Amino acid sequence: METSFTPLTSFAGGILIGSAAIMLYAGLGRIAGISGIASRLLPPSGSARDRGWEAAFIIGLVAAPLLYQVLTGGPILQTFTAGLPLLAVAGLLVGFGSVYGNGCTSGHGVCGISRLSVRSIAATLTFMATGFITVFVLRHLIGG
Amino acid sequence: MARIVLGLISGLVFGFGLALSGMDNPAKVQNFLDLAGTWDPSLAFVMGGAIAVAMPAFFLFKKLEKPILDQSFHLPTKSALDKRLLLGAGIFGIGWGLGGLCPGPALSSAGLATTSALVFVAAMIIGMAVARRA
Repeated sequence: METSFTPLTSFAGGILIGSAAIMLYAGLGRIAGISGIASRLLPPSGSARDRGWEAAFIIGLVAAPLLYQVLTGGPILQTFTAGLPLLAVAGLLVGFGSVYGNGCTSGHGVCGISRLSVRSIAATLTFMATGFITVFVLRHLIGG
Repeated sequence: MARIVLGLISGLVFGFGLALSGMDNPAKVQNFLDLAGTWDPSLAFVMGGAIAVAMPAFFLFKKLEKPILDQSFHLPTKSALDKRLLLGAGIFGIGWGLGGLCPGPALSSAGLATTSALVFVAAMIIGMAVARRA
């Protein structure tokens, strides 16, 4: 299904995401990588000193769309094209792959590229490539 | 306490950014990945906006000795392109294409509590827990 191209709100949203990353780095010296922050809350547990801000960050992230809906009065569009079994497989792969590869769209894609990290640029090119191929196979080879 | 408040505010700002940018919508993300079909380039503008502010900031911060609320900066120390990095990223991209959500929007949309989002997030947390021990 088609979605409308939203360059302005997407760019503005990106600025907010980048600002959150700056806050975390200037304040705590940490990279805003969601897979890293989330996975360090899972066993084997990470540093006890960091557990507080990490849990607070996730709470903020989960509360944000609810607050967004209250403040803007509009619902957040969410259209899933995959059924539940496929979503479960996708979730497993996203969780495993992002933690195994030390980062996702935020840690590698935003922060890593901003720091000109060679590892992050390579990781971003890799997950973009497999993402493009997966959607091509799903929609154009298997049919959709 | 200041560290916890800062974590909460940055999580909120990050989540607001995701909601405003449209990245909480799996269909929109998958359309970015669908070059041969209903392509929607919006995701590139999200990354562009984020990098436009983060890149100059990261370079300016190189002059700082330490962050405001900690003793030192915590940056990744590895520099080699190893199999683990590329294999992990490759697997992540496949799941991203199949489901249309990466970890940020996935966790954020747990707040919206649709069955689809919750199934994805539950599976993602299991995947993360497995990788953390792998």
